Amino acid sequence: MTVHSPTAQHRSVPLRANAPRLAGQWARRAPLLPALVFLIAVTQLPFVATLVISVLRWNALDPTNTGFAGLRNYLAVVTDANLRSSMLNTAVLTVAVVLASLVLGLLLALLLDRRFLGRGVVRTMLIAPFLVVPVAAALLWKHVLYNPEYGLLNGVLTEVWRWFGSDHPPQPDWISGMPKLAVEAALVWQWTPFMMLILLAGLQSRPIEAVEAARIDGANAWQVFRYLTLPHLRRYLELGGLLGSIYIVQNFDAVFTITSGGLGTANLPYTIYQTFYQAHDYGQASAAGVVVVVVSIVIATFALRLVSSLLRNEAS
Amino acid sequence: MKRTWQPWGALAWLAGILFALPIGWMVLTSLHSEPDAATNPPSLTAPLTLQGYREFFGASTGQSSWPPLVNSASASIGSTVLVLLLAVPAAYALSIRPVRKWTDVMFFFLSTKMMPVVAGLLPVYLFAQKVGLLDNISYLVVLYTSMNLPIAVWLMRSFLAEVPTEILEAAALDGAGLITTLRRVVAPVAAPGIAATALICFIFSWNELLFARVLTGVVAGTAPVYLTSFVTSQGLFLAKVCAAAVVVSLPVLAAGFAAQDKLVQGLSLGAVK
Repeated sequence: MTVHSPTAQHRSVPLRANAPRLAGQWARRAPLLPALVFLIAVTQLPFVATLVISVLRWNALDPTNTGFAGLRNYLAVVTDANLRSSMLNTAVLTVAVVLASLVLGLLLALLLDRRFLGRGVVRTMLIAPFLVVPVAAALLWKHVLYNPEYGLLNGVLTEVWRWFGSDHPPQPDWISGMPKLAVEAALVWQWTPFMMLILLAGLQSRPIEAVEAARIDGANAWQVFRYLTLPHLRRYLELGGLLGSIYIVQNFDAVFTITSGGLGTANLPYTIYQTFYQAHDYGQASAAGVVVVVVSIVIATFALRLVSSLLRNEAS
Repeated sequence: MKRTWQPWGALAWLAGILFALPIGWMVLTSLHSEPDAATNPPSLTAPLTLQGYREFFGASTGQSSWPPLVNSASASIGSTVLVLLLAVPAAYALSIRPVRKWTDVMFFFLSTKMMPVVAGLLPVYLFAQKVGLLDNISYLVVLYTSMNLPIAVWLMRSFLAEVPTEILEAAALDGAGLITTLRRVVAPVAAPGIAATALICFIFSWNELLFARVLTGVVAGTAPVYLTSFVTSQGLFLAKVCAAAVVVSLPVLAAGFAAQDKLVQGLSLGAVK
């Protein structure tokens, strides 16, 4: 891409030629404008409003007592133990789910990259969890798999123990016993297919000649993986990790459904939802929202840099 | 290829079955009677019945579950149509006849997607309250459009960029006008991409819970909001909840498998082909 400085251009282009040129530019821009205007109005204005509300003293239950609060809401956000723990939860949840589904997704992609009988069927089965409506998936895990009395997990334990002649199988209460792991497992189940699809696309775009050359030179499977496949997959791993992070940082459905934010699993989206939906403290909820945005911008900057490197390849 | 014992294939099958097992179990449970659905150990061979589905559609309570499904369908289809109306011209101005600095515009679109929804929730709610748009499907249509528009623009651009420049130039040399070029040259190449984009936008809108939960009530509640009524359920309801989960997930499963080839490209915003 070339960079024009507008002043230099005005000087070099004769005045009369300028008018149709400008008209041409606007004709080019016209199809873009409806989408841009719509998006600015619907996504940017609310955020500006959030910024404004975040410095106000405003509780819906006490509507007469409103005013400027300065940075007090932010102070409350940073010092509130609930919000701090939900920030930590968001970080732990995101990192755990993204890493686990990346590793599982990589293993599955490596398996699917081989030729075997019924590969299409297996691929379909592996994608399916991603295509269950998130609330439905969370309900499925909460009631049908985790339930301590009649859930599938404990049912299988009973059955297996019975095979060995025992009437006293362990019947753990999965959600109360390990609430965070329970939420994470359900999310990993849904997000592993996503990672697998991206990594599989990466594997299949791998230059086959290099692998064959390495094989002829006597490289074993591990060396091919370590020195050819993994470096090639790096970008795909990064992309999967970053896109996954963007979605899981915002996760609401699983936390809301499986634990209802209880048992120490509340993450930031859930906590913000609760502050404004139940406690009606608009100022503090907005300040928390701004904090989430700041955290997201940090992640997003990395994501944008990565995607831009992919796009630049195309633009040049 | 020689037919030998394929250990990797067997392992892949095992993984596939493990991942699909919860879904298979959900379908089986939805076809059991409530007492058979809640046994320990599980009753694999219990007789099959459609009672769970009948209950879901209000056999005993008289409360049909069609309204939330219809609401979800209107919100998803409405926003998908609106997204395409906005995204197709925008993508055209970003690929076939690109504006200057088109990459900057692309990044603006993407950056809005990276802003957490929850940060704008309160103003969006207060605005709806003020102008009387609470519990109204058309408000969800607008919000879902903004949620999916960046994805659609990125995707559509990557599909339109696949239209070879030479063909466009040849069409221009032959004196083809804008409409003819769009219809005869661009549309045939881009049609599968447009279809995949539509399906992916449909899935995201259908799945959405947070906005719908906060902004709708009895009238405009969507299917995911309806499902949240099961969050605190007690007693015998497993077959019904499984039937509900199956019915609500069916459109997404259908759309997802229809778009399977383009799913990766869509989910990675066109970055991975």
